[in-house]
Amino acid sequence: MRPVYMVGGGITKFAKAHPEKDFRLMVKEAYDYTLHDVPRLSKDMIDGAVGSYFSDHFTRQLKAASMVQDYLGLCPKPSKRVEGGGATGGLCFQSAWEAVASGRMNCCLAFGFETMSRVNTWKGNEFIALASDTNFDFPVGGFYSGYYAMMVQRHMYEFGTTVEQMAMVSVKNHANALHNPYAQKAKRLTIKQVRESPMVATPLTMEDICTMSDGAAVCLLASEELAGKVCDRPVKITGVGSGSDAMRMADRPHGKVILLPHERESDYQHLKYPGVHSFRGGRMAAKLAYEMAGIRNPLEELSFVELHDAYTSSEIQTYEDLGLCRYGEGGRFVESGIPFLPGLDYGLELPKQGRLPVNPSGGLLACGHPVGATGLMQAVFAFWQLQGTIGKHLNDERLQVRNAKRGLIHSHAGTGTYITASILEAP
Amino acid sequence: MDKGTVLYGVDPLILLDHYEIDYHHSYAQDSPFFVGLTKGQLLGSRCTACGYTYATPRAHCMGCGAATSWLALPLTGLVHTFTTCHYGGEVFLKETPFTLILVEFDGADTLFLSRIKGIRPDAVRIGLPVVARFAKAPAFKVTDVWFEPADQA
Ligand SMILES: [Zn+2]
Repeated sequence: MRPVYMVGGGITKFAKAHPEKDFRLMVKEAYDYTLHDVPRLSKDMIDGAVGSYFSDHFTRQLKAASMVQDYLGLCPKPSKRVEGGGATGGLCFQSAWEAVASGRMNCCLAFGFETMSRVNTWKGNEFIALASDTNFDFPVGGFYSGYYAMMVQRHMYEFGTTVEQMAMVSVKNHANALHNPYAQKAKRLTIKQVRESPMVATPLTMEDICTMSDGAAVCLLASEELAGKVCDRPVKITGVGSGSDAMRMADRPHGKVILLPHERESDYQHLKYPGVHSFRGGRMAAKLAYEMAGIRNPLEELSFVELHDAYTSSEIQTYEDLGLCRYGEGGRFVESGIPFLPGLDYGLELPKQGRLPVNPSGGLLACGHPVGATGLMQAVFAFWQLQGTIGKHLNDERLQVRNAKRGLIHSHAGTGTYITASILEAP
Repeated sequence: MDKGTVLYGVDPLILLDHYEIDYHHSYAQDSPFFVGLTKGQLLGSRCTACGYTYATPRAHCMGCGAATSWLALPLTGLVHTFTTCHYGGEVFLKETPFTLILVEFDGADTLFLSRIKGIRPDAVRIGLPVVARFAKAPAFKVTDVWFEPADQA
């Protein structure tokens, strides 16, 4: 395999609805932004594309990625669609990486989108719940917020995680978004406001949960030779990993923790793993990505993380899967202030504020979650962070992580059924 | 049913687009489980090679790949985790609030998703003993079984 670089990216702002543009035009906007940002790269240098969108139910247009391919004028170049639930964007990113790493392409476009506004929110929730076993899970009351609520109830039982710790994630991500014009739910919240917003599935409230959205994002990946020619500050992709777990939460085993290099078996003598409180697929994804990138202690060696915070609870669970803290310490990790940005006022006491910012963009909670675009949006934010161009692209420097050297992006499907982790490094 | 053309907007032009479909859905190798529910049985499956026991049945073992055999689970178990849903997918909205539980059984390695009824939502807790109840008029769906607190048995 050969080195792969990200040379450009763009986002069509995620919104509750974009009735004035269809999925083709949404992708086209992000694509044009990307090409404008990499002027030395012309369309004929792009060897092919990978498209991602999650749901044919939402789109009600099969083979929609083919329509994007022709709209962008990329026919007859190679193209395919990648689908993997909430991790669709992350899988698409890694599929484009594979195309370049293998030598099959010198430049591959990854594009993703979702149009979720064409049905009402509760019909949308029904569609999403069809991504659970339709014989055994869906008919019981299929509802992803309910599944995540059951997982965090068990996390709270096992580890003493609190709803206030979860609310702190919501406060953080919505406040970060105040400086991100690409975010749709930027606001200053208090823990009390998060807890007092309408209850969706105990203990998760409306402010613990991301919103369905319309939106698109694209990434351009290139070989070392091409990246050096077209881009002043290419960002190297130094690690990719992914993992999986059983579709039904009920089927998750109760075994041993998959250890990272900085952990020991004795850390987890009595923990039955993953149960329904942890994401074994996320741990596997992180382990593989860290091995490829040569990371031995992620908390020390990463500059920031953009992770899949579809729920405040899953952000806490994911701190642990990624080894930013030990299993069971996710709640205390957010309380310590480590995953907050330095220099911003959150209205909270944060003793270790800003040591390793997580979701500086505002994440899914504040940006929204147009499924097929989400994992690629994370890649674009990470790319800008590592280029040091956040100020240029967001018209606001405050989210720029100083001296950002290495970032992790994390994309997550189902109740942890597909998960990707990718490591990007500054030039 | 043709409602004629329903417009929601003119610039951009937005209209109602109806869609429905009937499937011939087979439970295939899982069929005995759903038949079992109509007889007041909760069937799990056990691996014929390694003995791993599934509270939600599957015909082949996730661990070793061998075939499993059917096994009647106890009709009592414990709440492993729970949530009360105040919203839900559109088809379930009229049933809210409802409480989901994962049930653990003695002798089974995995869990079973169901609903708990006959208890105030705020009284449900992890470790609560529960007992299976079966629908008198089965619909051949997994909802033909649900659970209630065991002390009300
Ligand atoms: Zn077996």
